Amino acid sequence: MKQQTLLFDGLPVPFEEGQTIMEAAMAADIFIPHLCHHPEFKPQGSCKLCTVKASGRYVSACTMPAKDGMEVENNSPDLNDKRRTMLQMLFVEGNHFCPSCEKSGNCMLQALAYELEMLTPHFPQFFPNRPVDASHPEVLLDFNRCILCELCVRASRDVDGKHVFALSGRGLKKHLIVNSESGRLGDTDFSMADKAAHVCPVGVILEKRKGFAMPIGKRRYDVDPIGMQVERLANRSASEEEV
Amino acid sequence: MIPARWISAPVGTSRWRTAGGAAKLKEKPAIAVVVGEPVVSEKILASGQFDELLRPILDRYCRDAGLLVEILRETQNVLGYLPAGALTVIAKAVGTPRARVEGVAGFYSFFHLEPVGRYRVLFSDNITDRMLGSAELLDRLCNKLWVERGKVSEDGLVSVDTTSCTGMCDQGPALLVNGRAMTRMSAERIGRIGELIRAQVPMSEWPNEYFLVEDNIRRRDTLLNSNWQEGEALKAAIARGAEGMLAEMKLSNLRGRGGAGFTTHIKWESARRAAVHGERSARYVVCNADEGEPGTFKDRVLLTSYADLLFDGMSVAGFTIGATKGLLYLRGEYAYLLPQLEENLRNRRADGLLGNAVCGVAGLTFDIEIRLGAGAYVCGEETALLESLEGKRGVPRIRPPFPVTAGYLGQPTVVNNVETLCKAALIAVKGGAWFAGLGTKQSTGTKLLSISGDVEVPGIYEYPFGVSVEQVLNDCGAGNAQAVQISGPSGICLATHEFSRRIAFEDVPTAGAFMVFGAHRDMFEVARNFAHFFAHESCGFCTPCRVGTSLVANCMDKIGNGQGSPYEINEIFKIHRLLHVASHCGLGQAACNALFDTLHKFRPAYERRLRSLDFEPAFDLDEALAGARRMTGRDDPGAHFGLAARVSGGDA
Repeated sequence: MKQQTLLFDGLPVPFEEGQTIMEAAMAADIFIPHLCHHPEFKPQGSCKLCTVKASGRYVSACTMPAKDGMEVENNSPDLNDKRRTMLQMLFVEGNHFCPSCEKSGNCMLQALAYELEMLTPHFPQFFPNRPVDASHPEVLLDFNRCILCELCVRASRDVDGKHVFALSGRGLKKHLIVNSESGRLGDTDFSMADKAAHVCPVGVILEKRKGFAMPIGKRRYDVDPIGMQVERLANRSASEEEV
Repeated sequence: MIPARWISAPVGTSRWRTAGGAAKLKEKPAIAVVVGEPVVSEKILASGQFDELLRPILDRYCRDAGLLVEILRETQNVLGYLPAGALTVIAKAVGTPRARVEGVAGFYSFFHLEPVGRYRVLFSDNITDRMLGSAELLDRLCNKLWVERGKVSEDGLVSVDTTSCTGMCDQGPALLVNGRAMTRMSAERIGRIGELIRAQVPMSEWPNEYFLVEDNIRRRDTLLNSNWQEGEALKAAIARGAEGMLAEMKLSNLRGRGGAGFTTHIKWESARRAAVHGERSARYVVCNADEGEPGTFKDRVLLTSYADLLFDGMSVAGFTIGATKGLLYLRGEYAYLLPQLEENLRNRRADGLLGNAVCGVAGLTFDIEIRLGAGAYVCGEETALLESLEGKRGVPRIRPPFPVTAGYLGQPTVVNNVETLCKAALIAVKGGAWFAGLGTKQSTGTKLLSISGDVEVPGIYEYPFGVSVEQVLNDCGAGNAQAVQISGPSGICLATHEFSRRIAFEDVPTAGAFMVFGAHRDMFEVARNFAHFFAHESCGFCTPCRVGTSLVANCMDKIGNGQGSPYEINEIFKIHRLLHVASHCGLGQAACNALFDTLHKFRPAYERRLRSLDFEPAFDLDEALAGARRMTGRDDPGAHFGLAARVSGGDA
């Protein structure tokens, strides 16, 4: 059978039947910016950072199946401009203060902002009021940084079988909740052994008493920009996310 | 057979009853309330003992997680709101994680996780209600009841707020009290309602005329002139056979009337050919009666006065695709129609038109169930609607797969609008060729328009496709129109020079809304109202729509407050371009359409509000320093910004 290929910005890339555009790209070491995608979990296509133009239409690379002969526009000024705007939206929606964040240097949101040369948040800040949850003995939840990617929701539901996290609210009021009547993480069966404890791409789920073990400047995205780490992103497993 | 779950009320009157207390509810498990005052005391609420109280509801819905929206609604009817303890009980009973139940409860506007007033007043906030003075009436009621908008009164008696369009634009200003639709509000009526609430008069004793909803049919064509017996269309379809019926549908070239305009026979044929799978294999017909597009109310009239035709249409679709079950998803705002619709279904079952051996044909099984929405415009999107039917948050699915292959419960499903199904019933009787002879070549048949705004005779007008906007305006008495918003906020805004355009898929497509704005109206305020509507109704799934719709609404407020500049206008264009291509579903893609149109066609309405031709901050820098000046006792020019820095004594 003839090898199926798609064209990434003019470059022919082979793929296997059933792969999405994102999977085909990662296998070929091509970087498509993304936040809610993780190779271990079912794609959901909500962050829209992976928006590409496939056969003339804007689609999410993580959910769109690759087709033979498909022309995919990825690394173009138009798309990167749209991605930068969406990153800025994510920054002003929450409270992201990188200098004081334990995840700085290991944070995908921050790394993508550098990668896409986002110089300012641009939009007026919403400054939402999101109290932190320190009720759990091992873990601190800082909702200020949540980007609603649902990776913890999917990990807890699909891998841990615990359903510790879910989303409530609608629109800009959508927010992460935990599975207890009190609304506190300490009253759930969550533990550091859960896969969900290690999938957060930003700084919401943080292990207590472990801050700044790796000095800033030597962290994952301090060393190499995220666009250069496609192979690691493609092969990452949630349990290895910890630094 | 579906149990009679709801109290039937005399059709056309406003009287309805509540269950009268938990004990009574337990005695008659088959009966529940649609809307009304909560029936438990605060003592029970405070005790947090909900198991006994909720058992009848949970039993009635067989502890089925797929019926979570129904369970939550009935729980709220009993308790007044959804306390944390009640969600725990429900989650345990239906075998679903508690966080998921809370997530569903938190999604829908009509579910409350915090206590609300015993009387919950929600003013319909469509632009047409505003044009009829709803904002002033809301203020008047708040003043009368000494309550702040959006807050519960100190004694827990009442709360007053706004809600998205309730579908009464032809008889506004409209509102909902405890979920019950009320029309034609006036200062006098609002005054009286304030008194009724203060005196805590049960809603069953409020004047009937306040609840009167009229059809206001102004122009009839083939659909509204039809007057057949129930079952006639179904029998005609059975006589044609499923393949024969499909052929007629193909001949008719009927396209969906809900907005997207997809060719109906392709949907039906795909669902008929698609494989069913799993243990609960079946095909489904879903009627989308979640008529949430502001300015649209034609489905309300069809549901009120043409329910026979609609149920026939659903049955025809069921017969044609081989479905055994039909689901009618009725928007929560139309809950008042539920008793009469249930009554109609009971009659159909008694007449052998639903159930086993439909119309005496052995092996032909079809029944219809009605489900209520709970205040979420996005559920009008067909895959979000399916999620809601499955008891989940109404978030649109990733497509493909499309509902025709993997819809309700993953089975092949046809989702059609109310009007589309009524038209399918017509085609069953009169044939596809007859239908194709109406309207234009690409847009066959007729279209129901819901006309409201600055017209002499608002209401329902049925025209063959191809009618010009101008003619419609003449017929409804719109003398001085400067603009028409067609197909609601997600549609298109036409200015005077475009009135010769025609209503048709190939020119101006529409789901039915037709809002007219006279020359004295401020088109900026129209667009601002629409911007806030989308910010309120965005489901929040994807980044661009979740954040973008709120950013746009804030931009419009900044311009509206006289602090805008061309910078904001450019921002709106930029966000529009992003939302249009990167949003997950049609809601986000269309969210800035009206702004885009009005900015092009009515730019002076924006520009005269702009403060300068440069950037302006959203706040007054000098004013922001006032507190610091008071604390330091300074008022010299050095303690001021801008103009006030140049002239001393700026605070004075």
